[in-house]
Amino acid sequence: MRITQGAFSFLPDLTDAEVRAQIEYSLAQGWAIGVEYTDDPHPRNFYWEMWGNPMFDLRDPAGVMSEVLACREAHPRQYIRVSAFDSRRGFETTRLSFMVNRPGDEPGFLLKRNEVGGRQIQYTLESYATLAPEGRRYQ
Amino acid sequence: MRSQAERYRSGVMPYAQMGYWDEDYDPKDTDVIAVFRISPQDGVDPIEAAAAVAGESSTATWTVVWTDRLTACENYRAKAFRVDPVPGSPGQYFSYIAYDLALFEEGSIANLTASIIGNVFGFKPLKALRLEDMRIPVAYLKTFQGPPTGIVVERERLDKFGRPLLGATTKPKLGLSSKNYGRVVYEALKGGLDFVKDDENINSQPFMHWRDRFLYCMEAVNKAAAATGEIKGHYLNVTAATMEDMYERADFAKQLGSCVVMIDLVIGYTAIQSMAKWARRNDMILHLHRAGHSTYTRQKTHGVSFRVISKWMRMAGVDHIHAGTVVGKLEGDPNIIKGIYSICRDDFTQRNLEQGVFFDQDWAGLRKVMPVASGGIHAGQMHQLLTYLGEDVILQFGGGTIGHPQGIQAGATANRVALETMIKARNEGRDIWNEGPQILAEAARWCSPLRAALDTWKDVTFNYQSTDTADFLPTATVA
Repeated sequence: MRITQGAFSFLPDLTDAEVRAQIEYSLAQGWAIGVEYTDDPHPRNFYWEMWGNPMFDLRDPAGVMSEVLACREAHPRQYIRVSAFDSRRGFETTRLSFMVNRPGDEPGFLLKRNEVGGRQIQYTLESYATLAPEGRRYQ
Repeated sequence: MRSQAERYRSGVMPYAQMGYWDEDYDPKDTDVIAVFRISPQDGVDPIEAAAAVAGESSTATWTVVWTDRLTACENYRAKAFRVDPVPGSPGQYFSYIAYDLALFEEGSIANLTASIIGNVFGFKPLKALRLEDMRIPVAYLKTFQGPPTGIVVERERLDKFGRPLLGATTKPKLGLSSKNYGRVVYEALKGGLDFVKDDENINSQPFMHWRDRFLYCMEAVNKAAAATGEIKGHYLNVTAATMEDMYERADFAKQLGSCVVMIDLVIGYTAIQSMAKWARRNDMILHLHRAGHSTYTRQKTHGVSFRVISKWMRMAGVDHIHAGTVVGKLEGDPNIIKGIYSICRDDFTQRNLEQGVFFDQDWAGLRKVMPVASGGIHAGQMHQLLTYLGEDVILQFGGGTIGHPQGIQAGATANRVALETMIKARNEGRDIWNEGPQILAEAARWCSPLRAALDTWKDVTFNYQSTDTADFLPTATVA
């Protein structure tokens, strides 16, 4: 399967030039860019590991791009996303987030159905990958 | 100067002379201000008509009453302070009326509207009356809870940023069994939509009981989340005959793990505020379908404009509101829709007469409402939708998803690919307004569902004249 989190997951994987264009756009909006990675793609895993803090003072797309590439080199078989943060009042949140790396094989999620009374089912999503301990997934 | 004795002599006196017209009045920062479009009966002076509206929407009755003199009645009288002819519409006037804050109960849309639109719309000396806009003072706004979730928190909960959200309404809107209904929900969510929606009149009919629908829809939502790794939702419509029934249905939705419930505008302002409080207590996104609004918002001369309804709903506290598409099958002049979207999403809405917005409105930190564009829209219009409506909006393609020739999943995928490709192109600096069709055609080369969607609906447009349009045209300025 293909996890479709992030703004561009229904498109073919972005090339480096395309990633850079989105970084340029985000910087032009005044947003700060953060690079994050994980091997736990559960949709409610909100806290991916930070590849350093968001780069508030780095306004050069080439500099941001080199961080993306460095993260990809360090974690080639993990999910990596670029997130742009807007500190302006009224937003103070992420304004754009998209994937820039995926593990080669995405085994997807098990949907567990816990049948309780009255035809009700309690659902749990479990990533097959996370059955292995952190750091030993997607090997 | 008249003596007080003359002013309060028993009998009938023009409203303007009773103190409901004051052209020198300077509205206080804490006043509620309303602007009405009045169409006086032939021979009725517009200033007297405006004073009558002020009177009948505040303290007045048709005759002088001595009991006014037991009160600080000057405070409680609404004051018409300005009357302007409507440009290009003879016999119509914009009348501005100020209301003291003391006239209104805190945090109550029912109380606010009971005054402002309570009696006055049937008043005989007027042919017609329309509430065009209101300025709500910050002091009054701060007594309202507002949206239980708001755009920022909704996006963080859903973990979806940088693009409009996508939805669809299950069709046919009536008649599907719960099991078949859930099938539509699953296919659309798996194909790429973020939300699917009950329609306004799906409650608990003989063909589909509400509990049964909720159970099948949540199976669909969870199955689609597992298939995509994304958070998905279905607006479960909890609209019912009584508050007790609505609470029961909403509680069941919560128990099943739904992230969103839905209500219809027809349940009334008090019920909406009750559900807003319920949604805040239960971490639930609250979707509002504006069922019934066109009966009073569409005609320009009589009723309440939708921008006022939007203001009331942001105060009452909904997270989503259907607010027009511009290009779809339902009423929507581009300028008027822009004004309504501003009211939903701004921190501070600026006066903009071309967009029908009569007042600056400081929202005082009240959370933002996500506008929903729904009704006769399809993937081929993506560049227009994005240009007109921006990013913080839910685009709902019902027929445009379910009516796809290759099936519902393909329909959803076509919409999602069209959306992502257009956002990407816009961010890359392309001129999507002019290059939109070409950008879609490029994506359709590798995405056959999009190609089929474009082929099926390429010529569908709804080019009719809007009825609710702005009265003020932009005037060319000399550079």
